[in-house]
Amino acid sequence: MSLWEYANPKKFSETAARLLPVVAPLAGLCLAIGLIWGFFFTPDDYKQGSTVKIIFLHVPAAMMAINAWIMMLVASLVWIVRRHHVSALAAKAAAPIGMVFTLIALATGAFWGQPMWGTWWEWDPRLTSFLILLLFYLGYIALWQAVESPDTAADLTGVLCIVGSVFAVLSRYAVKFWNQGLHQDSTIMKVGEKDPLDPAYYWPLIVCLIGVVALFVALVLLRTVTEIRLRRLAAIEAREKFE
Amino acid sequence: MMPDLGKYAFAVLASYGVSLALLALLVGWSIWRYRAVKAVLEAAEARLRKG
Repeated sequence: MSLWEYANPKKFSETAARLLPVVAPLAGLCLAIGLIWGFFFTPDDYKQGSTVKIIFLHVPAAMMAINAWIMMLVASLVWIVRRHHVSALAAKAAAPIGMVFTLIALATGAFWGQPMWGTWWEWDPRLTSFLILLLFYLGYIALWQAVESPDTAADLTGVLCIVGSVFAVLSRYAVKFWNQGLHQDSTIMKVGEKDPLDPAYYWPLIVCLIGVVALFVALVLLRTVTEIRLRRLAAIEAREKFE
Repeated sequence: MMPDLGKYAFAVLASYGVSLALLALLVGWSIWRYRAVKAVLEAAEARLRKG
């Protein structure tokens, strides 16, 4: 079986119908367990107090904000190279999801930053690159709406996606590139190293991460099927006009 | 049952409130749109079959 079989809208829709009843409940279950565990059953941090509980929303949202754009980049490249409509529609479907995760990452970061850094916002490399990423998401969604021809819109948004991927990568590595901002580097994968994430927060965070990935997959499937149906609807309406 | 969030209660509760509200809006909107488009497409396909 080839991966390219899923470029067939019918095959994609059938597969989505089989996957959604598994992925959607997994997302709900993991998010419920992870967030309840994190909010109610983790201790306060010795420095951050109860604001450490924000990590269970902020980190998964920030990771998905970047990874959603990377997924859109891969789908856009598939469209540009192989002209598979489903991949262009999957990229279109993922954009609002990535935008919401970017908004959540920025909002929770601001709520955490005010008591911890003494400011809601700082022109720190990571924060700034995330704000630019949000603007790219808005521009990407607006471009899809602005161009009437779906294929032209897919071409233009594909190019925008390639350009925006620079900022998606910068958002991820800004702390390493410019070691001068307020935002700390990731500590999730630093088990055994200096200043790792405390084990009390590690597992609920992992459960939340699985939850947001499952939620992203479920929403992309659902929204891509919606886009495929909209394309079919447009074709039927165009045919009715000619008859 | 509610943990004592101390002086950071606003920051923590606002983070959870805003995030869960945004996620609920996204999920609700996606499901509503999925169902609405499905209904319109089924009606259009029925028209097509009737000729």
